[in-house]
Amino acid sequence: MVNPDIQGKRYPRTSSYLVGREKVREFAKAVMAAKESQDLGFAQSKGYADLVVPPTFPVVIQEQSLTLVLSDPEAKIDFSRVVHGDQRFVYQRPIIAGDELTSELTVASVKSLGGNHMVTFETEIFDTADKLVCTAISTLVVRGE
Amino acid sequence: MPKFEELTVGDVVAQQDYKITRDSLVRYAGASGDFNTIHYRDDIAQAVGLPGVLAHGMLTMGISIQPVVSWVGDAGQVVDYGVRFTKPVVVPAQGHAALNVKATIGALEEETKRARVDLTTTFEENTVLGKSQAWVQF
Repeated sequence: MVNPDIQGKRYPRTSSYLVGREKVREFAKAVMAAKESQDLGFAQSKGYADLVVPPTFPVVIQEQSLTLVLSDPEAKIDFSRVVHGDQRFVYQRPIIAGDELTSELTVASVKSLGGNHMVTFETEIFDTADKLVCTAISTLVVRGE
Repeated sequence: MPKFEELTVGDVVAQQDYKITRDSLVRYAGASGDFNTIHYRDDIAQAVGLPGVLAHGMLTMGISIQPVVSWVGDAGQVVDYGVRFTKPVVVPAQGHAALNVKATIGALEEETKRARVDLTTTFEENTVLGKSQAWVQF
């Protein structure tokens, strides 16, 4: 079962992730986005230097931080029992192709509910100026044995 | 481009149908890096007691915001987006799972010029996302 003592634990900053234009297009196609995250001329006509990522793109960066938790023996999270409970992205500014981002995850809470554990993570995503760009908040439900 | 001043709570601002096939799941797995086998292997989905191969919750979430992005004409104006995953979307090996997304104005914040858009994503007459809300900055 999940170790409740990881509540409040902060995991190390991940290495830099460069948001590539073609990666943004690939992700945009996968979530059935229209021209807004695929057409460079359109993005530039809106005043952006490059493509703006689809709203859920930071999940890719959150994943890098989450990997640290799932491989942490202290956390004791059995990935085969994990179900995604909820997800939220709060932006300070749009993420644009060309951004170099790092992330830092904190375990916001560990709750027990009817034999299951609910673990909420807050992943802060920063740019190269160390400014907060986006916070990804995710709750995983770890089903009891 | 919609104007903040012209919006009213209750307005349906966008509605769109989407078809999710197994191809969609493979494409999303590659694009997102989520290669959990329950999203493409029938035998594993069955072995862990699921009704079938499921769409990634994050794919359903990612698709559901697109009508809003197209309505605003700018992904960068979606400043806050959250959902709860309440029901799975089962994707058959042949054919597709049909999703319908409806976007309704839920609240308007005059001081910040932000609109809350409430999303209803339906699959086989069930709502599959709960508390699905996006804030759009005007």
